[in-house]
Amino acid sequence: MSSQHPEQQAEQAADQLPAHGEEERAEQPIARHGMFGARTTGDTSGFGRLVVRQSPKVSAERPYGGPTTTGAEGEFDEIADALEAAYPDFGEAIERVVVDRGELTFVVRRTHLLGVVQTLRDDPRLRFELCLGVSGVHFPAETGAELHAVYPFLSITHNRRVRIEVTCPDTDPHVPSIVAVYPTNDWHERETYDMFGLVFDGHPALTRIMMPDDWMGHPQRKDYPLGGIPVEYRGATVPPPDERRSYV
Amino acid sequence: MSPTQQYDAYGTEEATEGTVFNVAGQDWDEVVQGAQESEDDRLVVNMGPQHPSTHGVLRLILTLDGETVDETRVGIGYLHTGIEKNMEYRTWTQGTTFCTRMDYLAPIFNETSYCLAVEKLLGITDDVPERAQVIRVLMMEINRISSHLVAIATFGLELGATTVMLNGFLEREYALDLFEMIAGLRMNMAYVRPGGVAQDLPPGAIDKIGDFVKRERYRFKQLRKLLDANPVYLARTKNIAYLDLAACMALGVTGPVLRSTGLPWDLRKSQPYCGYETYDFEVATQDTCDVYGRYLVRMQEMDESLKIIEQCLDRLSSGSAKSGPVMIQDKKIGWPAQLALGPDGMGNSPNHIAHIMGQSMEALIHHFKLVTEGFRVPAGQVYASVESPRGELGCHLVSDGGTRPYRAHFRDPSFTNLQAIPAATEGSMIADVIAAVASIDPVMGGVDR
Repeated sequence: MSSQHPEQQAEQAADQLPAHGEEERAEQPIARHGMFGARTTGDTSGFGRLVVRQSPKVSAERPYGGPTTTGAEGEFDEIADALEAAYPDFGEAIERVVVDRGELTFVVRRTHLLGVVQTLRDDPRLRFELCLGVSGVHFPAETGAELHAVYPFLSITHNRRVRIEVTCPDTDPHVPSIVAVYPTNDWHERETYDMFGLVFDGHPALTRIMMPDDWMGHPQRKDYPLGGIPVEYRGATVPPPDERRSYV
Repeated sequence: MSPTQQYDAYGTEEATEGTVFNVAGQDWDEVVQGAQESEDDRLVVNMGPQHPSTHGVLRLILTLDGETVDETRVGIGYLHTGIEKNMEYRTWTQGTTFCTRMDYLAPIFNETSYCLAVEKLLGITDDVPERAQVIRVLMMEINRISSHLVAIATFGLELGATTVMLNGFLEREYALDLFEMIAGLRMNMAYVRPGGVAQDLPPGAIDKIGDFVKRERYRFKQLRKLLDANPVYLARTKNIAYLDLAACMALGVTGPVLRSTGLPWDLRKSQPYCGYETYDFEVATQDTCDVYGRYLVRMQEMDESLKIIEQCLDRLSSGSAKSGPVMIQDKKIGWPAQLALGPDGMGNSPNHIAHIMGQSMEALIHHFKLVTEGFRVPAGQVYASVESPRGELGCHLVSDGGTRPYRAHFRDPSFTNLQAIPAATEGSMIADVIAAVASIDPVMGGVDR
């Protein structure tokens, strides 16, 4: 795996070596207990009481490099510079910048989302004409930022990609809608609302899109069960997928 | 007409010919106008979810004024199967068997976008063997042809041309025969796996694919003779469902619909993956922005696909990818089971079974661990995309460092492109709605996932 760039290696090192940044790591929420996911049946590995915490949040330092270049100024620095120049509240709006696996992510505070995406679209040095939807992610352990909305952007003019990530707490699941800037996100935001319960303020008609209108709950949240029934096969019973032993 | 200028029905006004009697006048004009503006003659029609021309379970709610469409609303979700949620409960390798079923006309593209994302997460993109990459490109281009053939065939059927349908599906069957020979299944093959492909090409595959290319080159010409200048076809497709570049960009439309506006945007050229930068092909474009343009783009793309397939065959038979592994050499990731086609389909090869059951305990343990538990993927998130027959198919994957995807989300082009239906149909005739939907070529399995 020598082809990885330093950011990624740093993150993997943080994953694999608990000694690295121990204090920082100890503050992270618990990701899992035990070596394996099994809690009831024979885990004889002796690691049953292991506490594994989430890896600390990575944030990149300048220079950001580019999709293939690392350690030197590159495409990602150009994007960051252009955004900084065009969006006056850059410092306040951007929570952190992540460069990972050749991709650039701006973690944006939700109050600034609309302004940032408007700049991304309109500034000639940025010109991200295509928004490729929004994908929700649910991290129940991240108190205060349980729900994430991830927006991939594509610039046809400059042939570049960038990702915007917004977080919000489960108790106040509101994120501004960007349909006014990118009409293509109409259905994508409806889908994310349907599946995660993220409310996109300002969306013209935020209704369910996949599930029936009277459905209760948001199916792709982590606390929502997958469902399924035990299946009997040749005398043995196979439990439904979400109740099987997992090796998470 | 204001009351002072009212025409007197009883003829106090003298015309040159004498007195004219008619029944106009007074305030009846307003009454008539009011009646014409009334909402009562609007007809709301549910087209679908079960309708032969909606490519699956798509529901269109049309508000009609006579035969003119006033308003189109699109209802989806009838084929939602929770594929993304299900993938969170399976290993990274098992994920391919789920995502292949999304856009069921383009299974190889679903698998490839997912596998490219997994490989990016693992940081092994450059370690995938060349032969595997060439086979992926080969399979994707055969798949592009089979998918476009269905698009053109069903389009013909929906306009009432059964000949187009029969010919299109017939040729697609030849493409599916190739899939069956290579992967063991006609559809939903789960052939592309993280780190490579499930198994090498069987003996004789190169020749058979070569015959397919020769045959299709001739058959595509025939199909074009049938359609390109057919007056009925032109009348149904030219200047229908106009979507220009601004509309496509605002609505996020990609693929043949975007290329029919004249923008040569193709991820195979602009952001190459799987080694597409080393193949010689053109990006097909048209500048008519209509249904006919999209048809021409698809036809040209099929010709270009044949070109790419021939280059793949050269590399696989005599070039740089003539031999070698088709799965990554890292034994911690590469699928341990060597697969082979048996009389009942694809399964573990007898040699592999003999090895793990009779010769090596370590190999058995390794097989068991990797197949049941799977490999771990470092935490993080990536987005990988491929140019599917319908546009940009993106895969957003999040890993928490475990053996299963923490979150898998697919940006399916059909889902996004369907949003353009109201823009393409409102104000048109109801018959053109069918042409508009067919030209966007949505596959509901991909839309609803």
